[in-house]
Amino acid sequence: MKALQRFFEKIAPQFEKGGRFEKFYPIFEMTDTFLFTTPETTERGPHIRDHLDMKRMMVMVVIALLPAFVVGTYNVGLQASLAKGIQAGLWENFWSGFLTILPIILVSYIVGGFWEVLFAVTRKHEINEGFLVTGILFALVLPPTIPLWQVAVGITFGVVIGKEVFGGTGMNILNPALTARAFIFFAFPGKISGDRVWTAIDWAKDRLVDGYSGATPLLVASNAAPGQNAVDAVHAAGFSWDQMFYGLIPGSIGETSTLAILIGAAILLITGIGSWRVMLATLIGGFGMAWIMNMATGAGSPGIFSLPAHYHLVMGGFAFGLVFMATDPVSASGTNTGKWIYGILIGVLAILVRTVNPAYPEGMMLAILFMNVFSPLIDYFVVRANIRRRLSRA
Amino acid sequence: MEHYISLAVKSIFVENILLAFFLGMCSFLAVSKKVETAFGLGFAVIFVMTITTPANWALHEYLLKDGALSWAGLPDVDLSFLGFISYIAVIAAMVQLVEMVIDRFSPALYTALGIFLPLIAVNCAILGASLFMVEREYNFTESAVFGFGSGVGWFLAIVAMAAIRQKLRYSNIPAGLKGLGITMLLTGLMAMAFMSFSGISL
Repeated sequence: MKALQRFFEKIAPQFEKGGRFEKFYPIFEMTDTFLFTTPETTERGPHIRDHLDMKRMMVMVVIALLPAFVVGTYNVGLQASLAKGIQAGLWENFWSGFLTILPIILVSYIVGGFWEVLFAVTRKHEINEGFLVTGILFALVLPPTIPLWQVAVGITFGVVIGKEVFGGTGMNILNPALTARAFIFFAFPGKISGDRVWTAIDWAKDRLVDGYSGATPLLVASNAAPGQNAVDAVHAAGFSWDQMFYGLIPGSIGETSTLAILIGAAILLITGIGSWRVMLATLIGGFGMAWIMNMATGAGSPGIFSLPAHYHLVMGGFAFGLVFMATDPVSASGTNTGKWIYGILIGVLAILVRTVNPAYPEGMMLAILFMNVFSPLIDYFVVRANIRRRLSRA
Repeated sequence: MEHYISLAVKSIFVENILLAFFLGMCSFLAVSKKVETAFGLGFAVIFVMTITTPANWALHEYLLKDGALSWAGLPDVDLSFLGFISYIAVIAAMVQLVEMVIDRFSPALYTALGIFLPLIAVNCAILGASLFMVEREYNFTESAVFGFGSGVGWFLAIVAMAAIRQKLRYSNIPAGLKGLGITMLLTGLMAMAFMSFSGISL
């Protein structure tokens, strides 16, 4: 490590102003600060002494994503084995799942990283670890069968239009990973929705178990006949609550396991990086809305109305969005009151789209995007209300 | 009653006149720099739309539609070719009224809105609402609800955009995209977010 540090110190002048590789300073700076704590200090006050800079914060999110990644990888392999009727061990499943999703993550990182570096070099801003989070978040919300060129197109849109046109990390309005996901969802719906994309198998060639449908539990619940109890439909399709909680169901790569996501949530909450207000508010909003829908269930209402809140939590992307997407500090509301409003509305909207919008079985992604659009307005109102209250006190 | 509520929800969220049909873009792009001004213009548009859509409905129903003049003993006359010009005239008259009211009661807003207040008269969203009303054959109450809902949808979009643009002042936008460019991109992204409602059938 010492030798490496000396090496960096030696080559540093080459990259600084007037050096030979001045143009590539952002790349040098990124590698340097990624490995070592930055020696730079602020020139003018206020000075804050803290080891938590943006890099450590973003890396912490990546660490929090690891449990979801590990369980998701195993589950991708497991679902493929189950569909083909193969008995496979823990490691075999993990390995085959790893081989399936490795290209997706690589493409997401390489293509996204290319844009990030290109913009950093031409616009002379720092390369930020925020991209490490965007790249893995985006990969984890995709189905395992996604064509790699779509991954490339999606992450390009997310990084360039979702983030870099606003000036890079911290200046965007919408969450870049979600922008990317929503973009390919609307542009190429065939490869990212329906019942045939969630398991890593070739429907035309592989020999499948009789009657294998590939539908996710959420799709089953969403297709439940009017008047039918959605829980019965989900159980009849072979999914129990425990199974969904552990994440051994077809679905997007990292979204299935609520347990792994909760571990990630604990990491984010203990380190103080994720906002507990947003998480709790989203949970309250979602549970409240699901309860209202349960109350509104009648004889002729769609089956999904009867799905209880704790089932909504373990199905689809609700937990993943709640922990990793809604809490994005850039696109969420900044004020504390704003965070409550923002979170509650995300929960309400997500369940609302799931239940009353027959066009999409899952609503979490769109609910968060929608609230990203309105979060500056919420902040504006909170700040104005604060000003008015203080003026009246004066 | 339920029918009217679902019509209002539909025109505010599902078929937002700005983010689903992209009508009324010019004033949306120009007056969305500050939330206060956006509020003022938004309210003015809600007001004008809520009045002009049913007013134009009456005009269409009793004067312009094929056979509408039968009450005057002229059952064969079809004046619907006069539609556009009459609707615009009603809208322009209404805008004059709003302008006078704002000038009298809120001179600050009047100055802030500037040229865009008289330009509401040519706001495509307002004429668009009247034309949709004719095409979809709404009745009087429906057209009032639809006009109000479309106005609220437009209001929501412009206020959200204004708040975003205030936040964007701290962003480092490439020189070529500053101003209108980034606003266009944002409108597209907002429209994508509003697609969460498309497909809801009420």
